[in-house]
Amino acid sequence: MSKLTEIRWHGRGGQGAKTAALLLADVAFSTGMYVQGFPEYGPERMGAPITAYNRISEDKIRVHSNIYEPNYVVVVDESLLESVPVAKGLKKDGAIIINTAKTPEEIKSNYPNYDCRIYTIDAKEISESTLGKYFPNTPMLAAVVKVSKLMDENRFLEEMKHSFEHKFAAKPNVIEGNMNALIMTLRRLDDDK
Amino acid sequence: MSIRERLSGNEAIAFAMKQINPDVVAAFPITPSTEIPQYFSQYVADGQVDTEFVPVESEHSAISACVGSQAAGARTMTATSSCGLALMHEILYIAASNRLPITIAAINRALSGPININADHSDTMGSRDSGWIQIYSENNQEAYDNFIQALKIVEHKDVQLPAMVCQDGFITSHAVENIELIEDAKVKEFVGEYNPECYLLNEKQPMSVGPYDTPSYYLEHKRQQAEGMKNAKIVALEVAKEFEKISGRKYGLFEAYKLEDAEAAIVIINSTAGTAKDAVDKMRNEGKKVGLLKIRLFRPFPAEEIAEALKHVKVLAAMDKTESFSSQGGPLGAEIKAALYHEEKSPKIVNYIYGLGGRDVKVEDISSVYEDLYEILATGVTGETYRYLSVRNQEGK
Repeated sequence: MSKLTEIRWHGRGGQGAKTAALLLADVAFSTGMYVQGFPEYGPERMGAPITAYNRISEDKIRVHSNIYEPNYVVVVDESLLESVPVAKGLKKDGAIIINTAKTPEEIKSNYPNYDCRIYTIDAKEISESTLGKYFPNTPMLAAVVKVSKLMDENRFLEEMKHSFEHKFAAKPNVIEGNMNALIMTLRRLDDDK
Repeated sequence: MSIRERLSGNEAIAFAMKQINPDVVAAFPITPSTEIPQYFSQYVADGQVDTEFVPVESEHSAISACVGSQAAGARTMTATSSCGLALMHEILYIAASNRLPITIAAINRALSGPININADHSDTMGSRDSGWIQIYSENNQEAYDNFIQALKIVEHKDVQLPAMVCQDGFITSHAVENIELIEDAKVKEFVGEYNPECYLLNEKQPMSVGPYDTPSYYLEHKRQQAEGMKNAKIVALEVAKEFEKISGRKYGLFEAYKLEDAEAAIVIINSTAGTAKDAVDKMRNEGKKVGLLKIRLFRPFPAEEIAEALKHVKVLAAMDKTESFSSQGGPLGAEIKAALYHEEKSPKIVNYIYGLGGRDVKVEDISSVYEDLYEILATGVTGETYRYLSVRNQEGK
């Protein structure tokens, strides 16, 4: 059976949405999938809205276009909800995952046109409490894995640990903080159910 | 055993360069090819290669340094894009006419203006008559494979011409995708040592490179150069056969996809070929006999083989990701029409300009081309042969 999952990331330049898309590609690759992770490049400046994409599949991926009808949309910066049609083309059986302190119900009442499941995660609070700094992409990565069920959660955590150990070999305390951010996000979304 | 990895197109090229371990890399950064010398200079700094890395002050200097070092007898390569390749233009001809087998990783990007950093083929198509072999690549895998093969083609004694290995900027250069890498030792054995017959630093055989050529000889020298280019076609196939032995991957002069019984087909270059294959499969499921031909070698242009592969097709679209302002289409369209001119029953041919400056091309865009072709098939009327794909007009903003 062939299964293709398409994900669109919305963020602002400098927030790490592109990095998150590449991290997701990495971790999905590690679990044996075919992956694509790519950014859409426009004028490069801090704070400008940027888009990044993932295709993750059991089969070889040949298509090289942007994604217009994603299964999942990840919004790394809440302020984009006002200015960018983030839910455009989103599949009805898909989901939108938003970095916000608001509840899904509050988002739904503000944006009644979001015709899909809505998940919210306070990546700011999680990031600040686990890493001491605001790096939203780690919690958002865990959130998309949780919601999409792209891979087994334990396998995901295992692979991310490897990846962080490699990336932050010189800063072991950062590894723990990042792992805690992932775990806290997975649990929060458990509680939502 | 090949190595399962995930790399962007730029990473794949830098990795191939590392495995090849050339004598000299001279480069100047330009988006979207910058990562190649960036990653490669890290390999140099980490002592993973013993290449002489020459950071220069412009692309004109980069290719000039390449000419100097290759003439001296050193295996030399570089990477560039867009205006960088345009700035090399003068020296491209010097490299080719001096029969210097330099390799460029060309990351396709639109030429200014208006200024634009995204993919189209205006840069390398602007160099198509410079005497360089041109090999185009659909994805990171092909870019990697073609880059390794290019080295063996250019250095072959019957060829001795430089090559550019092209892929689409950002679309594949910056997209991380699965790739099968070949073990270091196999790559090194495949490319071997560079042992030029004649080189400047050979004190036993003094020679001069690039002297004035009078009208008494210039024409003959150009004829010899053209002969080298003709030979490149045969050599490319030999090299592909050898490459298959170490990689398991087959390469030809071009790729024919579901073309054998196709009534409608497109001819296309680089990343959009992948998107187009999805469109072909969709239309095949609807019972439409469609296919595609993906260009690999554009220089030399394998006209006879392409004509043979396309002559049974009833209607054909040549897809150009560049404008040539001829008012009748683009460079691929011109080559395809010329290649089929001598066929008794040539297909009806239209030429589309598409995807300029990074305009995204969706599966549906390519499907619409096939639908246009079926319209021609149904009505027998070709209509306008010089078309723009998915372009907005004044009414439809």
